[in-house]
Amino acid sequence: MKRIGVFICHCGINIKGTVDVEKITEEIADYPGVAYIENYIFMCSEPGQKLIRDVIIEHKLDGVVVAACSPTLHETTFQDALEEMNINRHQLEVANIREQCSWVHTDIEESTRKANLIIKTAIEKLKLNESLTPIFAPLTKRTLVIGGGIAGIQAALDIADGGYEVLLVERNPSIGGHMIQLSETFPTLDCSQCIMTPKMVAINKHKNIKLYANSEIESIEGFFGNFKVRIKRKPLYVDPDKCTLCDDCTAVCPVVVPSEYDEGLTWRKAIYIPFPQSIPATFTIDTENCLGFNPIACTKCQDACEPDAINYDMKPETFEEEIGAVIVATGFDLNPVENMAEYGYGKYPDVLNGLQFERILSATGPTGGEMFRPSDGKVPKEVVFIQCSGSRDPERHLPYCSRICCMYTLKHAKLYKHKVHDGQPYIFYIDIRSGGKRYEEFVQQAVSEDGIVYIRGKVSRVYREGEKMIVHGMDTLTGKKIEIEADMVVLAMGIIPSADTDKLVNILRLNTDENGFLVEAHPKLRPVESIQSGFYLAGTAQGPKDIPDAVSQASGAAAKVLALMSNDEISHSPIVAIVNEDLCSGCGICVDTCPYGARELDIIEKIATVNDVLCEGCGACISVCPASAAQQKNLTDEQIFNMIRIYTNA
Amino acid sequence: MSYKMTRDIIKNSLVQKIEELSGQNVFDCYQCGNCSSGCPVVDYMDIMPNQVLRLAQLGATEDILNSETIWICSACLQCSTRCPKGVEVAKVMEALRSINLRKRIGTLDPKKIEIEDLQNLPPIALVGAFRKLTG
Repeated sequence: MKRIGVFICHCGINIKGTVDVEKITEEIADYPGVAYIENYIFMCSEPGQKLIRDVIIEHKLDGVVVAACSPTLHETTFQDALEEMNINRHQLEVANIREQCSWVHTDIEESTRKANLIIKTAIEKLKLNESLTPIFAPLTKRTLVIGGGIAGIQAALDIADGGYEVLLVERNPSIGGHMIQLSETFPTLDCSQCIMTPKMVAINKHKNIKLYANSEIESIEGFFGNFKVRIKRKPLYVDPDKCTLCDDCTAVCPVVVPSEYDEGLTWRKAIYIPFPQSIPATFTIDTENCLGFNPIACTKCQDACEPDAINYDMKPETFEEEIGAVIVATGFDLNPVENMAEYGYGKYPDVLNGLQFERILSATGPTGGEMFRPSDGKVPKEVVFIQCSGSRDPERHLPYCSRICCMYTLKHAKLYKHKVHDGQPYIFYIDIRSGGKRYEEFVQQAVSEDGIVYIRGKVSRVYREGEKMIVHGMDTLTGKKIEIEADMVVLAMGIIPSADTDKLVNILRLNTDENGFLVEAHPKLRPVESIQSGFYLAGTAQGPKDIPDAVSQASGAAAKVLALMSNDEISHSPIVAIVNEDLCSGCGICVDTCPYGARELDIIEKIATVNDVLCEGCGACISVCPASAAQQKNLTDEQIFNMIRIYTNA
Repeated sequence: MSYKMTRDIIKNSLVQKIEELSGQNVFDCYQCGNCSSGCPVVDYMDIMPNQVLRLAQLGATEDILNSETIWICSACLQCSTRCPKGVEVAKVMEALRSINLRKRIGTLDPKKIEIEDLQNLPPIALVGAFRKLTG
């Protein structure tokens, strides 16, 4: 029988406060298999680990149970201590008597009794643990980055600069994301396009980056380090190599549709280039609106195209690529403003959302950067900005804070004031959140010097009277009900995950939170990784954030990928399923059950097999196997029954 | 009744006058309320010192000039000392009093003080009143 050492941690008073560790030490000392037992204030401390190492030699232990916190925290700490003493790391078991006992109970007697049982189950499991070695698999040193906004671009450039290949997949015809639509950026007011376009050009020119624009992820298979991804590229219907960007096609195109780049404030043709600095730089045809797919209806652009670049018969292409890791940077959309009927969006042309106002401020926007209102082209002299439009409103709209609206609204008001010196911006707010570096100074300066009036309260409604938008609000600081006859109203709409994030998440098998944002592996210590191995997160897909935070997270994710790529192979936990060939009837239920595609049927031998590298050790196949032929290493039926018996006999 | 705000009301001539007389930018105030919480006579005021600043920011000068607060203020300078934004609230109060006094509102005529009051009032109160209420 194994000689097992049991070490019970006090965790300060976290465990000792509700569990009588001295009593358990006495009770378990004589338990079969226990060669040594001790309790100590902090097992995770260096003296605590030394205690384990010393006792292993002194008492010739060949297995250790540490009764402490959750194994997610310190399992590897103690496994490493065992390995230092040349004992296999799988001869360690952690009995979780903190999260699953002391923290959730108050009765000392009862929690002591429960902790005693938890430790005994760990001893029973350990008795039958095998010594195992990690499984190694090759690593494909290429990374897929999904999303060509600032986060995706930054991550792709960082990895490519590190010397590894990157595939950058962007759904739209051009990379650039929302950042390329912005006028100037807070708090420095530098031109968004001026700092974005060099990065876009760098993507296009980088020898390690392959750009798939106008493309989407169709499927992904395989496992951490060795994925196979299918990328579907939608046809542009224009040959980028032939297109000279002469613009003759748009002149003749008879179809006009609202421009996505200008957020519907201007029109574009069915053949168009998204914006002048588009990467890849080419025109494209919007199949939903083009008439040319019926040759009888229209071929005007094809007739006008001198280099003969237009081809209506282009077909979607599918590419299969091998990759080792994935960075998801799919970005955001603004919360649809149709939801804000009380503020008249959609009904009144002079009620705009934040991105539309960005376009009006932008030099490349519909007004060339001049301040005119959409309805009649007049210069708006009184502009009301409404923060938290549909945000922080758990009853009717989004429950969360979108983090960027306070600052972008202030920037809007400031830029407006720069353009219309005698104009008056009013900002209705509930709180001003200016937590970033130099953000508070930006706010204070705007309020003290720029004459931007902040009014603390929410707007109840907006309606039109003649040429004016009547805004009813409240200043809760004075208790005055406020009425403003505004020329223009700008709604600071919150951020939601970009359209179809849910579909992509299903393809990638990632988790999202209740608001649809991707979930990080740990909110504090692993903020750029998904819980699923090989997937990393960057930018607003993970949660609302501003440009510096999106760039930081992207570089963080890239650093994680670079650390991974610096290995020649990946290691995989040996806790996987095994098949007892004598018992297996080859029924194949396990093959259908496995969510990782790790189970296959050997038709010749008529038995089910396990692909060790694909197996994540979830145990699904083991529970469905009618012959109990499938077993999990170090979690066999016998081990599980022995553990259950501790409770049933208690 | 709604308070109708326009760009002409904000920073109207009276607000500019207050800023000119006091040398303070009323828009520096971010409404933390430290001035009011430290004021020793705030309990006797009809509007609080921070609200005086807030109303000035909204251009609601009538509300401030008609308030009791500006006369209750004893110019002890607690508010000016405490303000995290460096607004000398006491100077704003002084400016508001001056605007009224120049219109001969709230002035003190020594001849009209009852002889009984003159005998009972501590001399420092009379000195303070003359200093504050005679422009």
